Amino acid sequence: MTDILDERVPGSSSDDESSTQAQVSEEIRRIAAAHQRSGATENEARLDYPPYRSSILRHPTKDPHRVDPEGIELWAPVFGERDIDPLEADLTVQHGGEPIGERMVVTGRVLDGDGRPVRRQLVEIWQANAGGRYLHERDQHPAALDPNFTGVGRCLTDDEGAYAFTTIKPGPYPWKNHRNAWRPAHIHFSLFGTDFTQRMVTQMYFPGDPLFALDPIYQSIVDPRARERLVATYDHDVTQPEWCTGYRWDIVLTGSHRTLMQAETPS
Amino acid sequence: MRLVATPGQTVGPFFGHALPYDGGHELVSPDNPAAIRLHGRVLDGAGEPVPDALLELWQADAAGIVSREPGSLRRDGRTFTGWGRAGTDDRGRFAFTTVRPGPAVPGAAPYFALTIFARGLLDRLFTRAYLPGEALGSDPLLASIPAERRATLIANPDEVGLRFDVRLQGRDETVFLAYPRD
Ligand SMILES: [Fe+2]
Repeated sequence: MTDILDERVPGSSSDDESSTQAQVSEEIRRIAAAHQRSGATENEARLDYPPYRSSILRHPTKDPHRVDPEGIELWAPVFGERDIDPLEADLTVQHGGEPIGERMVVTGRVLDGDGRPVRRQLVEIWQANAGGRYLHERDQHPAALDPNFTGVGRCLTDDEGAYAFTTIKPGPYPWKNHRNAWRPAHIHFSLFGTDFTQRMVTQMYFPGDPLFALDPIYQSIVDPRARERLVATYDHDVTQPEWCTGYRWDIVLTGSHRTLMQAETPS
Repeated sequence: MRLVATPGQTVGPFFGHALPYDGGHELVSPDNPAAIRLHGRVLDGAGEPVPDALLELWQADAAGIVSREPGSLRRDGRTFTGWGRAGTDDRGRFAFTTVRPGPAVPGAAPYFALTIFARGLLDRLFTRAYLPGEALGSDPLLASIPAERRATLIANPDEVGLRFDVRLQGRDETVFLAYPRD
């Protein structure tokens, strides 16, 4: 079986485990310092971020072509009750028993860039189990699989744009970007808006993770204020007595391009 | 009220048990008389296949109508929802079974809207795959792109339908799109 975590690329020295954390951290530090000197605002991840070795051959080198969306791009696919079973929002009840780990609720709202709730839209998540292991054939981390945890969830937002998942807190896990590389604990989120242009996939992190400074994926968002938008907040009002802890995380998509005239039906 | 958007992050290597789903790549049944395959490869800057990419297709129907129907995740075999999802295989190949989209407005050049995700790609990319044809000559987006890069946005007819390769980097790098609002 090929190990997808082996990041080596044929004919290239760009991906290998020969780098140490100290070397990668120094690259991260230099890029951050250069960004700080520039004084520029950067609210997105950099596509060209060499400390994340597998980005080296996979980032476009040319600037994206700016275009006014039209036609299909002004609309997003519609998902509905028929697409989803309500049980898919609870990742702890998908098997015969309770998964191991810290049970928690993650909830928040999906808003567009104008602060409007994104209603009745699909949210998908996936994550490692409490030991940092994915139920994925190519995850080679020698941590236990949990027979009671798949780590995949879906829901629709409600009329206020709110989503909620019940799950367990994922563990950090090793990867082969460099020697002794570990990802901070995270949940992958997939989001749709009202326009095609708002589609996005991201990762939610937990407050105070000691791995933040060491992780080239988190640090690829070079502006600290921007990357902190990916960190959930512990919320004791979400925590439930004798049951689970609670985290809150709101997500903001880009602004819709549709005018009010176009808001309801395609032309 | 203007809010700053939450940053994107890579889809990573482990989306395979979460995002792809049965029937995701079949917007219409292969038995549909109008069915074609939209297929191609995702390649990196060394020309190597990207086996852990994910593509999403969003398109109008054959008459140019944008579907407002749910059901993409659990298809009923009749309703055209206009949306699909396909991962790449070990050779970087993807394929959708769909129909040729009609023009959004009469005379406009029809295209498929595509979103690309991959391990190693720190944020999603957007592009268009245009249908070949005469309408391309009057398309404003294509006209605004240097001639030598225009072909990266045009699907090529072949024996099963349409071929569209995505080159993330390098010579013949695909033109990717941004939709700034201001
Ligand atoms: Fe992950």
